[in-house]
Amino acid sequence: MSWKIKDMTGLNNLTMNLKEKLITSFLAFENSVSTNTETDFHDIRSKAFQHFEQHGFPTKKDEEWKYTSLKSILNRDYNLFPKTEIAIEFKEVKKYFLNEIESYKIVFIDGIYSSFLSDTTHDKYDICLLSAALKKPKYKMVIDHYFNTIASKKESITSLNTAFSKEGAYINIPKNTVLPKPIQIVYFSTGTEAEIMLQPRNLVIAGENSHVQIVERHQSINNNLVLTNSVTEIFVGKRAIVDYYKIQNDQKTASLIDNTYVQQQQQSVASVNTFSFGGNLTRNNLEFYHEGEHITSNLNGITIIGDKQLVDNHTLVNHKYPNCESHELYKGIYADKSTGVFNGKVIVEKEAQKTNAFQQNNNILIDDGATINAKPQLEIFADDVKCSHGCTIGQLDDNALFYMRSRGIPKKEANALLLFAFANDALDKIKIPELKSRITRLIAKKLGVDLGFDL
Amino acid sequence: MLEIKNLHAKVEDKDILRGINLSVNAGEVHAIMGPNGSGKSTLSAVIAGKEEYEVSDGEIVFNNEDLDDLAPEDRAHKGIFMSFQYPIEIPGVSVTNFIKTAINETRKANGKDELPAKDMLKKIRETAELLEIDRKFLSRSLNEGFSGGEKKRNEIFQMAMLEPKLAILDETDSGLDIDALKIVANGVNKLKSEDNAVIIITHYQRLLDYIVPDFVHVLHNGKIVKSGGKELAHELEDKGYDWLK
Repeated sequence: MSWKIKDMTGLNNLTMNLKEKLITSFLAFENSVSTNTETDFHDIRSKAFQHFEQHGFPTKKDEEWKYTSLKSILNRDYNLFPKTEIAIEFKEVKKYFLNEIESYKIVFIDGIYSSFLSDTTHDKYDICLLSAALKKPKYKMVIDHYFNTIASKKESITSLNTAFSKEGAYINIPKNTVLPKPIQIVYFSTGTEAEIMLQPRNLVIAGENSHVQIVERHQSINNNLVLTNSVTEIFVGKRAIVDYYKIQNDQKTASLIDNTYVQQQQQSVASVNTFSFGGNLTRNNLEFYHEGEHITSNLNGITIIGDKQLVDNHTLVNHKYPNCESHELYKGIYADKSTGVFNGKVIVEKEAQKTNAFQQNNNILIDDGATINAKPQLEIFADDVKCSHGCTIGQLDDNALFYMRSRGIPKKEANALLLFAFANDALDKIKIPELKSRITRLIAKKLGVDLGFDL
Repeated sequence: MLEIKNLHAKVEDKDILRGINLSVNAGEVHAIMGPNGSGKSTLSAVIAGKEEYEVSDGEIVFNNEDLDDLAPEDRAHKGIFMSFQYPIEIPGVSVTNFIKTAINETRKANGKDELPAKDMLKKIRETAELLEIDRKFLSRSLNEGFSGGEKKRNEIFQMAMLEPKLAILDETDSGLDIDALKIVANGVNKLKSEDNAVIIITHYQRLLDYIVPDFVHVLHNGKIVKSGGKELAHELEDKGYDWLK
């Protein structure tokens, strides 16, 4: 580690080093994965790689990264390709799964699929691995049709993932299928490698009239450094319903850049719920694109952080067709010297008449050292629309605290109850009861209280 | 039970209470009346321990213990209850869960085990019946979307559940129609005993038709300017407050 301290040329140089390391690794990586010459992967990866090579990691000079600096997490000697395959006993990681309900599981350890911890299927639908889907000819048509079609070509960090995309969850649910149980996608990092960079890639296709629930989690099981740069593409077919939950409660040594792109066909309903309680730096790029009328998009988030943690929620809803709606609700609770960023962009294109787009972002700063940067961005080109946004930043209400304390509820518990009340409407959006009570318990733990009941 | 001696209190350097003396014994009902701005609500908030108010002189002794420096929750655990004029809303926390937490925290502070769920439910059911509260009401989020009357009734429900030694009802009659007023008064009367005491803070005499006080005190400009029996309330109703200033 000492050479880093002696290096007086500064952080940029080291950042460059990670970039350089990625550049030198790319060729070897390409050779190792190019098994199927029929596909255009070589092209996709090369193009994406060129884009990353040109633009590098985003810096605070980029408008979209103004409040979030990656410097501190890039300044590391990450291992990009862990060599050893690690086995973990289920009992060691049981607590990270939602065990109260039956579910499909797609589990990775240091980026490598763990068949032992997983429960996948090919029966009536595919809930399996992207690596398998990329290689096998029978998936070629689907992959060609969907893969990398909605992931951003402008965000260099997404391009970086595309360039190195190899493994992740592949979920293809055919039309008229209601999935009988949710899918859990879990990425563990073990820290066998002292510093590791992971780049998972997920592809989710929900066919016409299908109904899918997914819970995604990135979890390191010790305190070694990990940087995850994840990309997920979600395709929601006609009248399909997709509920997606992201549980971000990782160690303080783990950072996550999550890029999620959702494309919806007519009359579909897609909801992405993001719960950010842990981690060092968490950036969520979440983008919704409409490809039909009568679509509903729901974006919900609860962030509760402290220390010097940072959570940045960057959302985009692109209304392109008439008669669609989007509902966005983000709640943030920031303690100590933590930083929150909320950037909510809504574009209503000229053709998208009768759009209903609602955005709400409420924040509570617990301590003087905490910061929130909130920026609603509404770009409306249609004239017959209902759009609203509301952003609040506040503190806990002293009168409310006094009310509860006067009923015998101690200060700490009273504080916690008020914060629960504050986050409640976003919590209420969780459709899986067992998950709701799990998240409730996580919040209680985060707030340091035992409430004695499930909210 | 409660001894208030020469109590002075201020908020943000503004003197509000200027030497209050009041003695309340178990089994008594006291009414504190007075015009707006006389310090009525401040007095109740100071007894309940609101931290924004600074006691600059005098003392409040409750069951032989000086309350000075005790947090609001500690006072609650010792048996002081204050019904709020404007109860706050807590979305996502049901009336039942809130009261369960309040009762169990109080029991914990007094070295008792949590009340078994079965007993808790029984008590909730009985109290709800006493106050003519619909069971559905109990699963609603605390005070969220409640009408003024529902909020006040919910305050009395909490009081009945917590069984305080001293209950302070701050403007409980405001916002209540006559039927709700009767139900609330009926509830208070049923809970009244030789072991507890009630202080009713009110602007008007009408609640006192239903909860008959043993003593009536008139507060003006931060001081008690007159004390008397229940007939004083009627006198105030007829003559107003001006003759006392």
